Amino acid sequence: MKFNVILSTLLIILLSACGGQEKNEDEQQQSPNQTQTDSPKSATMANHPGKKVYDAVCLACHMADGSGVPGMFPPLAQTDWVLEDKERLIHITLEGLSGKIVVNGEEYNSIMPPNSHLSDKQIADVLTYIRQSFGNDASEITIEEVQKVRNR
Amino acid sequence: MVNIMKLISVLLLSVVVFSCNQNGKAPSEIIADSDNGGLTLPEGFSALIVVDEIGHGRHIVVNDNGDIYVSLRNHSQNKGIVCLRDTTGDGKADVVEYTGEHTGTGIKLHKGYLYFGADSAIVRYPMQEGNLLPGSQWELIARGFPQERQHEAKPMEFDDQGNMYVTVGAPSNACMAQMRTKGSPGMDPCPILEYAGGIWKFREDVLNQEQLTDGVRYATGIRHAVANCWNSEVNELYVVQHGRDQLHQFFPEIYDSKQSAELPAEEFFLVTEGSDFGWPYCYYDPLQAKKVLAPEYGGDSEIQERCENKTDPVMAFPGHIAPNDLLFYTGNMFPERYRNGAFIAFHGSWNRAPEPQSGYFVVFVPFEGAYPSGDWEVFADGFAGEGIINSTRDAEFRPCGLAQGPDGSLYVVDSNKGKIWRIIYS
Repeated sequence: MKFNVILSTLLIILLSACGGQEKNEDEQQQSPNQTQTDSPKSATMANHPGKKVYDAVCLACHMADGSGVPGMFPPLAQTDWVLEDKERLIHITLEGLSGKIVVNGEEYNSIMPPNSHLSDKQIADVLTYIRQSFGNDASEITIEEVQKVRNR
Repeated sequence: MVNIMKLISVLLLSVVVFSCNQNGKAPSEIIADSDNGGLTLPEGFSALIVVDEIGHGRHIVVNDNGDIYVSLRNHSQNKGIVCLRDTTGDGKADVVEYTGEHTGTGIKLHKGYLYFGADSAIVRYPMQEGNLLPGSQWELIARGFPQERQHEAKPMEFDDQGNMYVTVGAPSNACMAQMRTKGSPGMDPCPILEYAGGIWKFREDVLNQEQLTDGVRYATGIRHAVANCWNSEVNELYVVQHGRDQLHQFFPEIYDSKQSAELPAEEFFLVTEGSDFGWPYCYYDPLQAKKVLAPEYGGDSEIQERCENKTDPVMAFPGHIAPNDLLFYTGNMFPERYRNGAFIAFHGSWNRAPEPQSGYFVVFVPFEGAYPSGDWEVFADGFAGEGIINSTRDAEFRPCGLAQGPDGSLYVVDSNKGKIWRIIYS
């Protein structure tokens, strides 16, 4: 128990130290008319287990900052496709998606492969990661929620 | 007699040149923007912005009278073609009209028609003398192309024998059994090559041709080539291929992320009838200067096997920078070394992450006869804006189409907002 408290304290110190450093770098780079878009939550997502899945499976098309590729792959940042209907989001991740969709006012007509080979935990992790990164601030997705959609 | 013919030719030529200058705008009237529209160019070149924002531009063509036509990826004002005219002679478009129900990429003026590569068909609109807008009654030239959601662009080229060449991109990365899925093997033989992944030849003026029954497969093993040009100097077709993606993502045990950002090369092909360039079985590694077997087919990044017999590119470019248009320069405005050389518009990468993205520029390749006579060089840069581009969306503009104007100017269209630059030399 005591060990856990020490560990948590260390982790908090470590995280706040990292956060502080990032802020300093941001301040150095920031020009007067730029605004900081990263929420404090995003800054702590670097160690989230979903990031590892994201980097290996999603990043190539959706980009490190979730901005997607204009005309090819839609963004994950600040869109109702990610922030709202959880079941739709889980379903797309498992089964993939093809055809015309409109995301943030822009039309996309390409193909996303299915990812049903990922475990329920991996999908829960990566979807929680994208819902809480890139300036997104939505609730987590649980393993049970993924199971429910997979078994439908 | 010969002398009289010569005299008549010179007189006729003078009339043609004179009338061009009457209808078109004399180059001396065109003044470049003080910042060259944000571009960096070689010494002696400058640029002006023709128009700022017309939609998601793809390819561009300029008529003999200076009118400009641009294909659009998505409908703008419910239309897929933008028509631009400069009525004041300052090089800036002051008439902007939208027409055409199809969206797509290929667009060419040929023998009185505006040919258009809608993604699943080739159509043509009749041009009307003096009118900016083509007639609205289009004719169907070729159809039956696969419905595709990747690599669907249909650029077309014409030779001097009445033939039309259409690239049919493969709706696939490397012909894996399961689309872009780690661990899925390559299909062998790849069934896609029967209907895509190559160039099909049609008659330019026969209506309603079906791809697989009326068209002839002219060349194969081309994953996708948006950049195509018939070189009328040597009478050959050239294309620049979009190479395959995601080597590291699917085969991390063979390729690290840095190798995956650089491999494979974007390949510049001289396409003769019956050529096979190797996709999906092979890709070109510029460091080893050879085609190697793709990992989906048992490759280890070095062995060649069946790739030994595939046709090599005439030049290799860095990976993933997306060649989207090719133009052999035949004008008189630019210095002599540019004549018959190739300009290539690179759209810039998305598949280099986690390495920074790159390649949002127009390059020049000097040519002598049918082959490059020197290395490639960046000709126009600065489209993407300043700083490192980590995500493709950070690139402000992306060059996608090229055209030569009647005075020899080079036009470049961007796909983000539809900005058009006109590059001149003085």
